[in-house]
Amino acid sequence: MSGLELKIGEALVLRMEAQGAGTYPHECCGALLGRDSEGSREVLDLLPLANRRDDSPRNRFELTPEDVRLAEQTARARKMELLGWYHSHPDAPARPSEFDREHAWPWYSYIIVSVRKGEPREIASWRLRDDRRAYDSETIEVAGAVSAPDALRLQEILRSAHSE
Amino acid sequence: MSVKVIIPTPLRGYAGKQESVDVQASTVGEALNSLTTRYQDLKKHLYADDGRLRSFVNVYVNDEDIRYLQKDQTQLKEGDTVSIVPSIAGGAAASNQE
Repeated sequence: MSGLELKIGEALVLRMEAQGAGTYPHECCGALLGRDSEGSREVLDLLPLANRRDDSPRNRFELTPEDVRLAEQTARARKMELLGWYHSHPDAPARPSEFDREHAWPWYSYIIVSVRKGEPREIASWRLRDDRRAYDSETIEVAGAVSAPDALRLQEILRSAHSE
Repeated sequence: MSVKVIIPTPLRGYAGKQESVDVQASTVGEALNSLTTRYQDLKKHLYADDGRLRSFVNVYVNDEDIRYLQKDQTQLKEGDTVSIVPSIAGGAAASNQE
């Protein structure tokens, strides 16, 4: 275990899942905004962004430097930090690909939502190691309750991601 | 001349936790070389093994992308600000197979 942990409200998880289901079979993406202080990291808001890859949107996403600057400005305006990024993997596991690794920086949290046949099935968060060779899994701690059926389904989604 | 290099949040841990670093340089290439000589752990996150800037790493002088200027030969003036901004890319394995 890496000991890394990312807190996030249940409503935000549901929003990411809904976005991933909505753009299926294309990848969705966006920014994670929140707070980070010495080992404690919490996502407090999302900034959904448009996938700029129109040549291969089923298995690629891209955000421009202007999108990144917008995300940084939005975080600052909300007195938060830009903690990382989320995207979906249509019909693929919630694990980072080699392409993900080549295009990542450490410190950022990278949440991946696996969407199979239009249904969100797994969600997992990852951080690139300092040496860039691999990712560490970051435990997602879901806070807050929505409805009992949603809570049950989220538990299953988180369990399936960690048992793969 | 002295220019300021803004360090993006994810890389500050490799640059003495500083938000920006002042370096002496007359071109963008010199500024980045000075930065990565002083903070060598930064290098692998900015440059690929072939010594070129990673494809997702973008550099701005004030608000101008250096790709539309003279790239790493872009001249700097006293007080210029050099920013390092990533583009974010990724995605599932090409075949979408597990």
